[in-house]
Amino acid sequence: MSNYSEILFRPVFKENPIALQMLGICSALAVTSKLYPTLIMCVALTVTVSLSNFFISMIRNITPSNIRIIVQMTIISSLVILVDQALKAYDYETSKTLSVFVGLIITNCIVMGRAEAFAMQNPPGVSFLDGFGNGLGYSVILIILGTIRELFGTGTILEYEIFPLVQNGGWYVPNNFFLLPPVSFILIGLIIWALRAWQKDQIEEPEFKMSENSPEIIPNPPPTPSSKGST
Amino acid sequence: MIENYLNIFINAIFIENLALSVFLGMCTFIAISKKIEAAIGLGIAVIVVLAITVPINNLIYNFILRDGALAWAGLSDVDLSFVGLISYIGVIAACVQILEMFLDKYVPVLYNALGIFLPLITVNCAILGASLFMVEKDLYFGESVAYGLGAGVGWALAITILAGIREKLKYSDMPEGLQGLGSTFIIVGLMSFGFMSFGGIIL
Repeated sequence: MSNYSEILFRPVFKENPIALQMLGICSALAVTSKLYPTLIMCVALTVTVSLSNFFISMIRNITPSNIRIIVQMTIISSLVILVDQALKAYDYETSKTLSVFVGLIITNCIVMGRAEAFAMQNPPGVSFLDGFGNGLGYSVILIILGTIRELFGTGTILEYEIFPLVQNGGWYVPNNFFLLPPVSFILIGLIIWALRAWQKDQIEEPEFKMSENSPEIIPNPPPTPSSKGST
Repeated sequence: MIENYLNIFINAIFIENLALSVFLGMCTFIAISKKIEAAIGLGIAVIVVLAITVPINNLIYNFILRDGALAWAGLSDVDLSFVGLISYIGVIAACVQILEMFLDKYVPVLYNALGIFLPLITVNCAILGASLFMVEKDLYFGESVAYGLGAGVGWALAITILAGIREKLKYSDMPEGLQGLGSTFIIVGLMSFGFMSFGGIIL
């Protein structure tokens, strides 16, 4: 049983797909300026990656290995088309906001990466859990980003006012800086820093290390006596 | 007429830069930008593939998939745009495969230079993203050629700049947790702010 929870929760902090494996970053950045579309995007990705892992794992024994990429692509893109059409049917506004990013789940490396790395070797049930866990890992980072950006950018969370704005008689001046897309890069950088301060083993070794100061070099040489004698 | 194409081209390079303004192809963008030679190789591969696949997808969209496009076959009320995604990714995978075989046979120098990057490109979201943006902008065939080329050049430019900065930075003494991935994200964020200053250029 602990094995299952291990598979489910390891990708959330220990092997986070965005912060450690550098997968699926593309969509993490452009859709996070508000929390609601972010949540929809997380659900869409989690559904796709869990189901694609499940189905790819089901046919893993009868898939010839030299055409496996195209088989995986077909399964993934069919699932994404289903998600895209469902979103257009039930939440057209959000699907307009997300624009091409729902379609881009196809090339989201998390989906392909998990299919290749996990689903091709493991039975369907476990693969489903692994996909779900990776979806959660992706969602955690996206939700943190979406919350910070919406809270400081507009003073609201899910359109519900947390900081009363100045123009409504409150005290908070919205910081539009947080609504600019490049901010999400800087925030992800800082999240990675925080995560690595906690999980030390994720720190990358630097290619070149600055050597320590050798003891012979004295930082401040004492004044020479000749300069004193002139007075 | 020529201004229109030039405008689309410049627009795709600087204002709507695929990597730094709409954040596509980020996974390869960050993974392959440690060395400047590798970055240039990948950049060239992306330019070639985008300049081929965007126009082909444009033809497929305009003559087969869009609402009423099958009128030439006598099926004027068929709308196939919902299978767009799967057709574009199929076209991209096929093009990359054909390009790889073609280069292997006729231009081995370029083939060896591109190496592993060609097959990697199939799953680069910049390629699919450019096709999807082309559909969203509703471009004509000529415009789509200019857009594909411009988008590729813009992406190649961005990855080359990033690789240059990272090569310099490897000697710097930065906090442990920021080493590698963390600092790269922050650099890309700052570069992206820089590219925002191109906004509003109209030729």
